[in-house]
Amino acid sequence: MPDSRSPDALSAEIEIPADARPVPFRGGGFHHRRHPFLAPVVLLVLLALWQAGSSTGFISPIAMPAPKDVFGAFRDLITTGALWTNLSVSLYRLLVGWLLGAALGIAVGLMIGLFSQARASALPIVSALFPVPKIALLPLFIIWFGIGEGSKVATILFGTFFPTVISTYAGVDAVDRALIRMGQSFGLKWSSIVRKIILPGAMPGILSGFRISFSIAIVLLVAAEMIGAQHGIGAYILMAGSIFNLGELFAGVIILSAIGLVGSWLIGLAEKRLLDWRA
Amino acid sequence: MRIILDHLSHSYADTEVLRDVSFDLRAGQIVSIVGPSGCGKSTLLRMIGGLEQPTSGRVLISSAAPEGSLNPLTYIFQDFALLPWRTVEGNISLVLEDHGITGAAAREVISDVLSRTKLSDFRRAWPRQLSGGMKQRVAIARALAVRPAVMLMDEPLSALDSQTRELLMDDLVELWTRTPFSAAYVTHNLAEAVRLGHRIVVLSRRPGRIREVVEIDMPLAERADRMAELEPLQRGLWEMMRDEAAAADRELAHA
Ligand SMILES: Nc1ncnc2c1ncn2[C@@H]1O[C@H](COP(=O)(O)OP(=O)(O)O)[C@@H](O)[C@H]1O
Ligand SMILES: [Mg+2]
Repeated sequence: MPDSRSPDALSAEIEIPADARPVPFRGGGFHHRRHPFLAPVVLLVLLALWQAGSSTGFISPIAMPAPKDVFGAFRDLITTGALWTNLSVSLYRLLVGWLLGAALGIAVGLMIGLFSQARASALPIVSALFPVPKIALLPLFIIWFGIGEGSKVATILFGTFFPTVISTYAGVDAVDRALIRMGQSFGLKWSSIVRKIILPGAMPGILSGFRISFSIAIVLLVAAEMIGAQHGIGAYILMAGSIFNLGELFAGVIILSAIGLVGSWLIGLAEKRLLDWRA
Repeated sequence: MRIILDHLSHSYADTEVLRDVSFDLRAGQIVSIVGPSGCGKSTLLRMIGGLEQPTSGRVLISSAAPEGSLNPLTYIFQDFALLPWRTVEGNISLVLEDHGITGAAAREVISDVLSRTKLSDFRRAWPRQLSGGMKQRVAIARALAVRPAVMLMDEPLSALDSQTRELLMDDLVELWTRTPFSAAYVTHNLAEAVRLGHRIVVLSRRPGRIREVVEIDMPLAERADRMAELEPLQRGLWEMMRDEAAAADRELAHA
């Protein structure tokens, strides 16, 4: 048995030479810390600079509206009730188009992911139609679905359908085959394997596809409303631009940004709920 | 229940993986299957479990599975194969749900298998919170939940560090001693093969053929303390495998 002195005795014996110094630290940097107050401060500083520039005449009102013009435009939107008219039609088109596009996209993406016949037959078509800017098809959609809501919803639906198909089947492909083999080895039913193994495994891919398809939906919403609509945020922005009312134009853009932020916040909530297992 | 491998051969495209393998798994016995990497051990196990079909030969089952066995041939995988989106409890209930065992009945089974694998405190933990050894215990608990007739274990301890491996070997011996089960235990680790196998089937390098079948009479429970007596046997196995393993290693480098 080796000698069994107490741990204290063992460590007390180390003798430290006179020239001993700490090892220089070089491990810092390259990682992110939280700075929760920085973003609002930067925003306020930019607003202040903008207001100062506009009121001193440094920023020409022809190039950039003054902040107060933008606030004025918002006040008009609210007092005349135009905010609600425009926002409600836009949200209706956006949500109906996006939800239908995403739901159909998940269904078709699952088929392509699960069945080789579906993959062989549908994937070439999806790949061929995916890169076509759907706004180019708006005239066709107007002929098919009429000048009203149908053509706008259809544009958004088609625009979000294809990216959802692709992110869904890629998500299915990314599911660990070992987990599927495990399910088979325990004799799980085919439907159980799809519901309990493949779908949850593909969920991270599907949800990150939602982020992409939502921003595509906003782009198409504005484009479709600029081409042929009386109401909606896109129509409002187009109108403001044509009479050089930059305050209203900026107000419209800020509303779009808010819609985008709320959408990605909601998708973030869904991720927290559905992907809580990832931590 | 008895499983008989009858002149099994298998090829993938033009790679011959297994050649004329015949042996049997008997009730209450653990058969260790050792061989150099790439010799077809996992393939062999997949065929025993019905996940793959041999090019020629047959895998036969004789006599019915014991009463109440939900999944007679049950795997334990090297990489655990736990669903990361289900808790420990959820991973076990997964294999019960399709048999209509839910609610109180399921909770009872889950409590039982968790206590047998010393996991009762981890019922609601996520797989990501568990160490490798814990994850493999969960996989063992999941396998026990379906009351298997034969456990098919593919290098179940190979992803674990050597200390955890020792602990889990003791646990497996304890589980077997309490309720003997039959198992095919695939490993490349000769110490594991000798500790857990009533019989050891030694395969050659690819294409895997049976080089030797060794019986060990010493009871499993005594082996940990009497390892010295098994040492010559283990060395003999290593002598037999060394050249094969070296050749297999060079082969893989060419592939
Ligand atoms: N699905 C497959 N398709 C083609 N070759 C395979 C497949 N599975 C395994 N192999 C090949 O068969 C041989 C045996 O594989 P495996 O049974 O995994 O060996 P072991 O488990 O003994 O290491 C290896 O050379 C491997 O590359
Ligand atoms: Mg293997």
